[in-house]
Amino acid sequence: MPTPLSIVVVEEDRDRAIAIVDALKDSGDYDVHVIGNVTGLARKIAAFLPDIVLIDIDNPTRDMLEELTLASGPLDRPVAMFVSGAAGGLARAAVEAGVSAYVVDGLQPERLKPVLDTAIARFQMMRQMRTELDETRRALEERKVIDRAKGLLMKAKGIDEDEAYAILRKAAMDQGRKVVDVAQALVTAAGLLR
Amino acid sequence: MKTVTLPVAYMPLVDAAPLIVAQEMGFAEAEGLSLDLVAAPSWSSVRDMLAFGRVDAAHLLSPVPVAMALGLGGVTTAMSAVSVLSVNGDVIGVSRDLEARLRDTGHGFDFADAAAAGAALARVAPGGLKIGVPFPFSMHVELLHVWCAATPLSRIRIDIRTVPPPLMAQALAAGEIDAFCVGEPWGSVSVEGGAGALLLPGSAIWAFAPEKVLATRTDWAETEPHLLGRLMRAVWRAGRWLSLPDSRTAAAEMLSRRSWLDVPSEVVDRALSGFLTVSPSGEVREAPRFLEFHRGAATFPWRSQAKWIGGQIARRTGLDPAMAMQRAATVFRSDLYRAAMRGTGADLPGASEKLEGSLANATAVASGSGRLILERDVFFDGRVFDPSPD
Repeated sequence: MPTPLSIVVVEEDRDRAIAIVDALKDSGDYDVHVIGNVTGLARKIAAFLPDIVLIDIDNPTRDMLEELTLASGPLDRPVAMFVSGAAGGLARAAVEAGVSAYVVDGLQPERLKPVLDTAIARFQMMRQMRTELDETRRALEERKVIDRAKGLLMKAKGIDEDEAYAILRKAAMDQGRKVVDVAQALVTAAGLLR
Repeated sequence: MKTVTLPVAYMPLVDAAPLIVAQEMGFAEAEGLSLDLVAAPSWSSVRDMLAFGRVDAAHLLSPVPVAMALGLGGVTTAMSAVSVLSVNGDVIGVSRDLEARLRDTGHGFDFADAAAAGAALARVAPGGLKIGVPFPFSMHVELLHVWCAATPLSRIRIDIRTVPPPLMAQALAAGEIDAFCVGEPWGSVSVEGGAGALLLPGSAIWAFAPEKVLATRTDWAETEPHLLGRLMRAVWRAGRWLSLPDSRTAAAEMLSRRSWLDVPSEVVDRALSGFLTVSPSGEVREAPRFLEFHRGAATFPWRSQAKWIGGQIARRTGLDPAMAMQRAATVFRSDLYRAAMRGTGADLPGASEKLEGSLANATAVASGSGRLILERDVFFDGRVFDPSPD
């Protein structure tokens, strides 16, 4: 029985961190630590001496981990990015899913695969949820702006809602812009004139 | 010509301008290209997107492809720097506390004299300095090493650590770092936020430092020579446009947009004009050739530049400098540059290597048309790098 892999997850969002830890625990016996505050990241990681560090590709603090890939870094063992030592397909899948894993050199790829597979699946799911949430939020914002612009037009010109929308749509088409952009311009201008 | 969409990664910095301008001003379109510019959150991300095929080209720190060729860092896919995107453009800044101590000793923040600034800084920080840089392999790191080695800073403890540029001001305020070397707009952003003051432009250390390169995978460059040529020409024309004085206002306005850098155009303009506000109290200093996109064959990838970078990295990481220089020279592709630029009117230098640091003044050299002017390229300590010593 080999010692359990020690994994550090760098994730500032508490709920996402919990989701990743749960998924990892379900897939095997791992010793998982979460770093939620990236101040002094390299030092904190060095304190755990992990086998693997998992971090979201969108996290700008990822560049701090690059220091660990140098022999003179805070770890006394050389660290390499997982993708250099393992099958190219898995590496590519990891990059596309938005997960990057930093792994101590010399670890067998077969012990890494389940960790990476789990992380990739989890990251993909979260990414999808985040995209959907962003889209919903944006749609909601856009509708609010358009509603306000319609209200302004209705009041100023004494017209009904459908006519107000038609005016916005025509202006957008004439100028080659989106309806929401025209609406935003109108709302901003009205705010200035008030 | 059928338009081809080309995915290209970049970091949202002022020196990504040639790529942004190539797309926005139609230089890409004129070559039958549409650039799908992908903003990256970190340099490791840019490198990985390029190495694993998410993008075909990237705005990259000039030492990154060299380090990859030396087997340093996790990813070692073969990369080609097909042109230099920008020369100079970094700034060194210090915390408000250090600024106050420097002023107490009479330092005037002339934003020009690297020797004096190094001596003054070493005097006020005898206990050592923690200096933030964006990435372990970067011109920022190389410039700091040159600066520290030739000033009294060599006698104090210097700890260079990676801090993502958007977090630099915060790290300065929190005392995690005492100083930084970073690309624009991040130096000016930290001045605007009252977190720091600018001590030197990178050009005060090395007057002609290749800062960012246009990089592609070497295998892609070999299988797609026509596409590559179109990309290189579009980006070269964008750099030429950026070098025209009349373009500056439009360029600053364009780059400042939310879809690109999302900082006020007045802040972007500081890097483009070379007139930088160096302290929160509003002092302005001019740095000649602060950021160069075109003049003096700025985009020509000199093999000697790559060799210099390779030699510097090798000496710090314990690699054999001769071997490192030889490998590095294969990364900067002056051959591909010459092939792509034929017929554009770009004036190509007669040689692909030069003595780095030997030009104290702008100097005419042999070229295709016989009148190429190379800009001043000296190091502040007077060193000269000979790429092919006997």
